[in-house]
Amino acid sequence: MNNLKIVGQPVPHESARGHVTGEALYADDMLGRFPRLLHAWPVLAPHAHARLLRLDVSGALAEPGVYTTLTSADVPGEGDTGVARRDEPLFPTEITFHQQPVAWVLGETQEAARLGAARVQAKYEPLPAIVTIEEAIAADSFHSDPVRIVRGDAEGALRGNPHRLEGELAIGGQEHFYLETQCSLAWLDESGGLMVESSTQHPSETQEVVARVLGLARHQVTVQCLRMGGAFGGKEVQANPYAAVAALGAWKTRRPVRVRLNRLLDMVLTGKRHPFLARFAAGFDHDGRIQALKLALYSDGGWSLDLSGPVLARALFHCDNAYFIPALEATGLICKTHKTSQTAFRGFGGPQGMLVIEDVLDRVARTLGIPPDVVRERNFYREGQSTHYGQPVKDADRISRIWKELKASSDFAARRQRLERYNAEHPHRKRGLAITPAKFGISFTATMFNQAGALVLIYKDGSVQLNHGGAEMGQGLHTKIRQISAEGLGVDESAIRIMPTSTGKVPNTSATAASAGSDLNGAAVLDACAQLKARLAPVAAELLSAHAAEVSFRAGVVSAGGRDVPFARVIEAAYQQRIPLFASGYYRTPEIHYDPKTLQGHPFYYYAYGAAVSEVEIDGFTGEYRVLRADLLQDAGNSLSPLVDRGQVEGGFVQGLGWLTLEELVWNAEGRLLTNGASTYKLPSWAELPEEFRVAFLERAAEPGVVFGSKATGEPPLMLAISVREALRDAIAAFGPGGIITLDSPATPERVFWAVTQARDSRTQPSKSTASELAGKS
Amino acid sequence: MAVEFLLNGERVRVEGELHSTLLEFLRARGLTGSKEGCAEGECGACAVVMVRERLGDYGQNGSGVGSAYCPINSCLVLLPVVAGQEIYTVEALARNGELAGVQQAMVEHGGSQCGYCTPGFVMSLFAEHYRPGRTGPCDPHAMAGNLCRCTGYRPIRDAALSLGPAPGDDFRRRLSRPAPVVSPVSLRSDKMIFHRPGSVGECLKLLADDRNARLVAGATDLAVEANLRGQRSPHLVSVEAINELRTFHETESEVELGAALALSEIEAHWKNAPPVLSEWISLFASPLIRNRATLGGNLATASPIGDAAPLLLALDAQVRIAGAQGARTVPLSEFFHGYRQTALAAGEILVSIHLPKPFPRQVSFFKVAKRLIDDISTVAAAFALDLDAEGRVARTRLAFGGMAAVPLRATEAEDALTGLAWDETSLHRAQEILRRTLQPISDHRGSAAYRLALAQTLLEKFYYEQHAGAMA
Repeated sequence: MNNLKIVGQPVPHESARGHVTGEALYADDMLGRFPRLLHAWPVLAPHAHARLLRLDVSGALAEPGVYTTLTSADVPGEGDTGVARRDEPLFPTEITFHQQPVAWVLGETQEAARLGAARVQAKYEPLPAIVTIEEAIAADSFHSDPVRIVRGDAEGALRGNPHRLEGELAIGGQEHFYLETQCSLAWLDESGGLMVESSTQHPSETQEVVARVLGLARHQVTVQCLRMGGAFGGKEVQANPYAAVAALGAWKTRRPVRVRLNRLLDMVLTGKRHPFLARFAAGFDHDGRIQALKLALYSDGGWSLDLSGPVLARALFHCDNAYFIPALEATGLICKTHKTSQTAFRGFGGPQGMLVIEDVLDRVARTLGIPPDVVRERNFYREGQSTHYGQPVKDADRISRIWKELKASSDFAARRQRLERYNAEHPHRKRGLAITPAKFGISFTATMFNQAGALVLIYKDGSVQLNHGGAEMGQGLHTKIRQISAEGLGVDESAIRIMPTSTGKVPNTSATAASAGSDLNGAAVLDACAQLKARLAPVAAELLSAHAAEVSFRAGVVSAGGRDVPFARVIEAAYQQRIPLFASGYYRTPEIHYDPKTLQGHPFYYYAYGAAVSEVEIDGFTGEYRVLRADLLQDAGNSLSPLVDRGQVEGGFVQGLGWLTLEELVWNAEGRLLTNGASTYKLPSWAELPEEFRVAFLERAAEPGVVFGSKATGEPPLMLAISVREALRDAIAAFGPGGIITLDSPATPERVFWAVTQARDSRTQPSKSTASELAGKS
Repeated sequence: MAVEFLLNGERVRVEGELHSTLLEFLRARGLTGSKEGCAEGECGACAVVMVRERLGDYGQNGSGVGSAYCPINSCLVLLPVVAGQEIYTVEALARNGELAGVQQAMVEHGGSQCGYCTPGFVMSLFAEHYRPGRTGPCDPHAMAGNLCRCTGYRPIRDAALSLGPAPGDDFRRRLSRPAPVVSPVSLRSDKMIFHRPGSVGECLKLLADDRNARLVAGATDLAVEANLRGQRSPHLVSVEAINELRTFHETESEVELGAALALSEIEAHWKNAPPVLSEWISLFASPLIRNRATLGGNLATASPIGDAAPLLLALDAQVRIAGAQGARTVPLSEFFHGYRQTALAAGEILVSIHLPKPFPRQVSFFKVAKRLIDDISTVAAAFALDLDAEGRVARTRLAFGGMAAVPLRATEAEDALTGLAWDETSLHRAQEILRRTLQPISDHRGSAAYRLALAQTLLEKFYYEQHAGAMA
């Protein structure tokens, strides 16, 4: 690490200057370049479930400024944008969620397209809609067969243990609320191919879907993404349909077409983090050690399968969090409901799985009257143990190390005492304190996605265009890639220009997701840089009268034997000698594999660990609360870019806090989303920023086998926010005499209020029906 | 008829459709730094600054001298509203390739990730950086109307806290001159007429002449309807140039608040307001909204969950109404007639809100929402209490929003308390009456049961706050 000059430095975001001046462009900022641009607006079905009996678009064509419409008759290829399976008709005849588009209108202005869409006549036969997970279970409405991970005999172990508890936890979903809504621009290029500028995390898949809808070979379609205004998983597959509509429009009209959803459309049309229902039974000993866990996870997949399969798998993989559970039987089912198709969202099922075990452990602790942090610690994985899916827990000792360091640095024990004094003195205001760990597996669970490519082009003046397969959504991937490539080539960062991510430069890329963007693409870039340096070293050796093995590249200067020469000079000489000045790099993650049927194997290359301590204060009169302080300790390996990684940790934590507290999605009984805008759906604001917010990275944490010893930071910190929810449960408990605290998620002020009421009233343990009663009230 | 205004120091003249928002206009002009994140004034990604009259007392400059940068949501500003005004966007800040102080601070602190919300934060922070009379670091709360989904806000907070005095540059010098006057205009396009009359009489005549004319103040409600639900008003009459609606006047016996004063203007004028009013304003929407939203607009839209009504009801506010038949004064408690219906007859306008003095001895405002700031209340409540010499309740006002189709006073509970000792027995009696008489609804913000419970527990909280020591 000490030899590194650029990697590991806290450099600002690669586009920071563009962000603060407004010069950084996003897809929708480029409209002015397309004078004959058409704007698209959808025709929306007013039912969650219905048969489309008749569709008459002639009214739209009568609207001034409407150019044409798009219906199934216009599709030259296959009118389905489904990725997991073909279950997403672009122009459906059966409506399967409220506001599902049935046709699109193209207008000279967005206003004309919108007014035209309002004049389309459609007749529907409404059908009964399945809206909730409970309704789906009752109707046996599932997307696929159950999946199951089994270790040992959980049923037998449950019977054999001194303590046993059963319960249920409802977990709400989450709207991505990327600030930039879905947007695609499509136009025909100079040779009749199709260009799509799309806000997508997966340009190659967007290319695949566009080509499929248009019936073209993929080489006719180029998809490009310079940057996104946030994505968080919401543009991993769900950018595809809008790119397809824009492309179809451009193909039909030969004019550029823009599809941009406004916030209302984006919220009612696009998928969210999966709501889950968990039912569990846990067996444990007198010390609070879990001996057996039987778990059923029901995810709300919505109308199409989308990424629900791998999301559920990741939930099942993470239902142990950081704990060794000797006997475990976890079953997962994806409910098919008439709602938006739930999709990837930072954590990808991991957060839901981890939330359940944390909920269970707090119940275990309060059943036995042992502090929850003690129960958690007793259940930690130890070195040499394996997970319920058979993967050895590499570096398991880091869990304990992080725990001890964080407890010390956060002054946990003394604050616990102060808090108890405070609570004793305040009947209507209680504080809660909790520490929770996180262990998150890094790699795509779809093993084939764990590959990446890069294309590095050096020009004769020594400047570099750098292409790689990852997309920038704010996470700082381009920043890290620029650091990696500058370090790798031995040039200044200013010599590197990161190019828009394009299917025309690196083919068949994976989604930028699973926190693996810099692990995969960074390694591919480094591979290309190594190839180039190997070619350049003999050239430099000749210029420096040295041996190739002695040559070093650093900060734009190439040195050997005490002499040096500018990088550009070496490049010029290499060109003269007909040495190729470009290279493609490639990387595939080693060691990973698993059996998709039994879910046994080694799905993750490594684990990212962390822990957090949160302290909250609840107003017992209203259920409102504040986060007084949060202390986070994250294992980021050797951080590639500390300013970026700190941003990921803090931002992930606050986003997780939003999911678990104030962000509440409400659908009515007819399947209409009631929280469909910024005024009804509340993401964290300044007020939710913990008053005291301390973030640190684990020291001595280099990860061998990952680019420059780093670790992924995109998703893992989100789960540190579980400490906020657990602190809330701790504070709720302080209002009453003790016993289990049931609290569905999100812990809105209303749910906290009722939980406080329950805790105050309880002289015995609350009944099992509490959770569902509370859910019914809200 | 064209809209003319100063944009980033350059005079622009816009022909064409008046329905357009300032944001749409800016983006179509290639100034794409301002973003549309929500189109309803919640996220602040579209924030720009408007040069406004400097209000209140700012030390040596005195009242009304010079100007200030006022950050606003450009998505909620209809283009004709900026006629004659002076606007700066994020594109104006960096000069000759050199970043402005606020921009540099954001870069250095890692204040941007995806960057989409960043220009809005930069503009809110810019206005705060150059705020006349500011001492110490910038107040991060100035950006409370901006949402960020990536950073978790900490680096943006630190960027704000790192900023000292604004430099003595052109932007600072600009503020020593007055702001453009908001003068009467009359504009017309194919689909829309926009009038900004200069007097109450003129305004009433415009309303009388066209039954379709719609009155508009800050447009923080109306523009949302336009942006998200496509509502188009054929004729708008703006109250922004009517001086009678923009007065602030305090006497021995009352405080008069012009109906067209923005909430931030009330805050600036009323430096010695009782603490409850400062708290109330800080809980009212967000800074960006408070710079446009007016007290009159909040009352006239008659939302059952509007932030203004409960406290004003508790303070026995009266409203002054002008119409073709003359002016009249109505107690606010008689102003709300039904869901989104008021005592305003067709063609009448709200002129001012009057708060009688002395204010109640004890008064508190409570707003319960999912989010502590910039949220719409689940329940809002304001309680006022005067005790007599024996500690008995001489007079009380219990006002609620979110408990019915209109903001209301719980008069039965008020009457029951009068004359009683202010103790737990009385409290429980009032709570019991509230439980029996209020009938809130369930919606996505909260259940009826929660609202009904809050009505009672908030009164209890008020009681405990009166009995100091029980709550810290």
